[in-house]
Amino acid sequence: MSMPVVSDQQPAPQGVVHRVRFRRRRPNRFSIAGLVGSALVIFWSLVALLGPLLAPHGVGAIVADDSFAPMTVQFPLGSDYLGRDVLSRILYGARYTVGLALAAALLASTAGTALGLFATVSGRWIDETLSRLLDALTCIPSKVFALVMVAGFGSSVPLLILTAALSYLPGAYRIARSLAVNLNVMEYVQVARARGEGRAHIACFEILPNMIHPMLADFGLRYVFVVLLLSGLSFLGLGVQPPAADLGSLVRENISGLADGSPAVIMPALAIATLTIGVNLLIDSLPGRARSLTQGALR
Amino acid sequence: MNDLVRVSGLRVVARNDSAEESVIVRDVSFSIRQGEVLALIGESGSGKTTIALALMGYARGGLRIAAGSIQIGATAVLSLGGQELSRFRGRQVAYIAQSAAAAFNPAKSIMDQVIEGARIHGVMTRAAAQAKAIELFRSLALPAPEEIGRRYPHEVSGGQLQRLMAAMALITDPQLVILDEPTTALDVTTQIEVLRAFKKVVRERQTTAVYVSHDLAVVAQIADHIAVLNHGEICECGLAGQVLDAPCDSYTQTLMAAARPVVRIAGSPDAGDKPAAAPLLAIDGLTAGYGRRDRHGCPYNLVLRDVSLTLRKGAALGVIGESGSGKSTLARAIAGLVAPAGGTIQFDGAPLAPGLELRTREQLRRIQIVFQNADTALNPAHTVARILGRPLNLYHGLRGRVRDKRIAELLDRVRLPAALMQRQCADLSGGQKQRINLARALAAEPDLILCDEVTSALDTVVGAAILDLMAELRRELNVSYLFISHDIATVRSLCDDVLVLYAGCKVESTSRQALSVAPSHPYTDLLVESVPELRRGWLEEVAPAVQLPPVGASASGALGLCTFLRRCPIRIDGVCNVEPPSRVVTRNGKQILCHHSDEELQHMCKLVPLDASRPEGSAPERPV
Repeated sequence: MSMPVVSDQQPAPQGVVHRVRFRRRRPNRFSIAGLVGSALVIFWSLVALLGPLLAPHGVGAIVADDSFAPMTVQFPLGSDYLGRDVLSRILYGARYTVGLALAAALLASTAGTALGLFATVSGRWIDETLSRLLDALTCIPSKVFALVMVAGFGSSVPLLILTAALSYLPGAYRIARSLAVNLNVMEYVQVARARGEGRAHIACFEILPNMIHPMLADFGLRYVFVVLLLSGLSFLGLGVQPPAADLGSLVRENISGLADGSPAVIMPALAIATLTIGVNLLIDSLPGRARSLTQGALR
Repeated sequence: MNDLVRVSGLRVVARNDSAEESVIVRDVSFSIRQGEVLALIGESGSGKTTIALALMGYARGGLRIAAGSIQIGATAVLSLGGQELSRFRGRQVAYIAQSAAAAFNPAKSIMDQVIEGARIHGVMTRAAAQAKAIELFRSLALPAPEEIGRRYPHEVSGGQLQRLMAAMALITDPQLVILDEPTTALDVTTQIEVLRAFKKVVRERQTTAVYVSHDLAVVAQIADHIAVLNHGEICECGLAGQVLDAPCDSYTQTLMAAARPVVRIAGSPDAGDKPAAAPLLAIDGLTAGYGRRDRHGCPYNLVLRDVSLTLRKGAALGVIGESGSGKSTLARAIAGLVAPAGGTIQFDGAPLAPGLELRTREQLRRIQIVFQNADTALNPAHTVARILGRPLNLYHGLRGRVRDKRIAELLDRVRLPAALMQRQCADLSGGQKQRINLARALAAEPDLILCDEVTSALDTVVGAAILDLMAELRRELNVSYLFISHDIATVRSLCDDVLVLYAGCKVESTSRQALSVAPSHPYTDLLVESVPELRRGWLEEVAPAVQLPPVGASASGALGLCTFLRRCPIRIDGVCNVEPPSRVVTRNGKQILCHHSDEELQHMCKLVPLDASRPEGSAPERPV
C-alpha cells in the first residue's frame, strides 16, 4: 500500500528535538550496562595483573587425583583433563588472553584506522593501491596465514600479536575507510580544506573525532575475533606454548570434558564470555554521539 | 452546518526515552466544510505535520494522541481499530507527502502504484481504475496521459512525480486529501505548474483538503481558510483573505512581515564612491565540471560553461538559478574546492590558482565559504569555541586568552551570547548554527564571503533575521558577498547585482533594480514570474502556458548553443538551434545571452509560458 505514505521524510522537529535532548543528557549518567561493563573489564584487568599471585597452585602442577573433577572446596572450579587446578589455570591464562588479544586488537584497530584515514585524505592512487593490497591480505585465511608465520618464524608472544594484528587489520581498515570517506565529503571537511588545513589536521581533528566511536565498537568485535584466533592457534599447538595456556586453549584442551558437563570446559568459556561482553558493554556506553554517528555512517 | 471534518481539543504528546512527556499539539480545534481547502501554516516544529497525520489517526514514533476527537464525515477517526484504520486510510483520507521521490517505489511502474489504493480497497476494477487514473493525469496537466503510467518513477521529473502522487491520492475519491508541503522541494518554475494542477483538480472535484505549508505565498493561492500554528497551538484561524490582509494575531503579523520582501541595502552602494576601483573578484570564461577529463582537459560532466563576472569591493552579487544550474559549483570553483577546466579567476588584481594547494594562505583567508546546511557545515564533534578558534589560530596566530576574547567578540557580532562558547553544535537551534557558520567565516576577516543558499534551510522568520545580520555585517565590515540562492526575493533583498545561471551558462547579468524590468532573458522572465506573490488570485493572473514555437533538430556538433533552447518560448527555428547566441547589452545595462535584440526582448517579455511537457524536469532541491 503506497498511498497513505507515512514516511519519515517530513521534517519531524518535535520527535527529533526530544531524541536529541535525551542523547545530550545521556553521557552525564553512566548507564547500568556501562557500569556492568566497566566492572567486568576492571575485574579481568586485575586478574590479568595479579592472577599468578592469587593462584593456589602452579600453572602446570598436577594436583588432583581425578581428571575432570567436579567443583569442590579444594578445587573451586574443578580439575582439568590432566588433573590440574582449573582456577589456577584460568588465573594464569587470563594474562595471555587479556594482554595478547588486547595488544593485537589495539594494533589492528589503530593501524587500520590510521591507514583508512591516510587513504581517505591522500589522492586516488594511494587509496587504490592501499585498498587493493589490503584486499589481497583479506583473502588469505587468517589461520593459514598464522600457520605460515609460525612455521616461518617460530612461536613467540610478539609474533602472535603481530600475526593476529595483521590478520584483522584489513577489516578494521575497510570499516575505517568507509566511515572516513563518508565524512570526508561533509561540508565541514570542505570548509577546513578551503581554510587551508593540512591533510593531517583534517584526518585527525575533523574526521577522526566523528568516527572514533564506531571504530571503538569495531575494536570490541575485533577483540573477540582475536581471542578466537589465538585459542584456535593454541589448539593446533602453535599459540601460547604449554604448560602456559590462554583461556581459549583451556577450552580447547578440555573439550573432551564437555560430554560430562565438566566445569573445566565451561569455566574458561564463561571467562571468555564475561571478558568480551564486558569490553563490548563498556565501549557501547562510552559517551558520544555514537548511535547517530554509526547510523549516519552506515546509511 | 455541513462540516466534513471536525477536530476538537486535539492534543498530541511526545514521550522521550526518559519517559518525560511534552505537549506537541495543544487543544487544537477546527472544522472544514465540504469542498474547502484549509491551510495549516507555521514554522518548523509548530506541529503542522503532526496535526495532518493525526487526521488519519496516525501518530509518529514517540508521539501519542492523548485527547480530543476527530470526526471525518461519519467516522470518528480516533475510535477506529487497526483493521478499520487500514480500511479508512487511503479510502476516506489520502495523504500527499513532501517528497514524491521518496514516496514512490522505484521498482514498480507508475500506473501500478497510482491505482494500488483503488485495488486494495476494492472500489473498482483494474480497467476502471486505469481509466480513472488517465482521466486524473489529464486533469493534472501531465504530458502524454495515456502513456505516462507505463513509465517508472525515475523516468519523470520531480514536478510530474508530485502531480502523479496527487493522482494516486485522488483515485479513490477520498473525502479528505492531506497535502503536506507538496511543492516545498520544487523549483519555482516547477512549483507554479504543480500548484496550478492541484488547484484545478481541487476545484473540479470539489475536494476537501488540508494543505500544510510554511510558505504563505503558496497558501494564499490555494486555501479558503488558514489556520496559523505556533508551538502546537492555533493562534489564528479564519478566511484566507482575512488572515492574509488583516491578521489579528501578533505572531501571524510577524510571519507576514518576514514573508514580505524587504530591501536590506542601506542607500545604493553606487560605483560613484570608488571611481574605477579595481574589482575585488574578476572571473573570465570560467568552465568547470566533475568527472574524468578528456584530452582537452574538459571534464566529463561539464557544469559551468564560460561564466564571467566581476564583483567590486564591498558589493554583493547574487547568483540565481534553479537546482542543477551550477550555482554551487561556481562558489566551489572560486573557493578552490573544484579546479576549473578553463578560464581565469582574478582576486584583487592577482590571478588565483585553480587548486587549493597552489593558493597562499593569505588568499585562502580572504575568501571564505559559508554552506547552506549548518548541520553538516559545523563539525558535530567540536565545541563552538573550537570551531571559531581554529581559523583565528590558523590565520592570525591567536592563542589562549586573546583568542577567547576574540571568539566572544565574534559571537557578539552575530548576536549570540558568549555563554555558547563551550556548547556543542548539536545543542544549538538552526538559526544559531547558521550564525556560528557565519561567525566562522568572519573569524578569518575575509574580503569575500561565498554564501551558498545560507537561508534556504531556515524558517522564514529565522532566515529573515540572518539576512538582516548579513546586511549589517556588510555595512560595518565592508565585506563582499557572492550570494547564491534559488530564491529571488532573498537575492533581491541583499544584493546589488544579480547574475542568472541556467544549465551552467550565464544567461543574464543585471542590477537588482532592473532584475524584474523588461527587457530580460526569457528564462529570467520565467523565474521572476514564477515566484508566488503574497496575495490571493496571483496564480490566476500569471499567464498560462502557451505552445512553444516549433523548432527543428539542433545542428549536430554545434557547440555553445543556447542552453535554454528546449524551454524557450521565443526561440527561432533556424537560428537558435543552429548558431550560438551572442551577448546583448540593453539600455538598462543588462547583459543578456540571446539571439533577440534589445527591442525584441522588450516586447516579448512577460509572456511567460509554462511548459508542462519539459522532457527532463529539474531534480527537486534537496537539503544536503
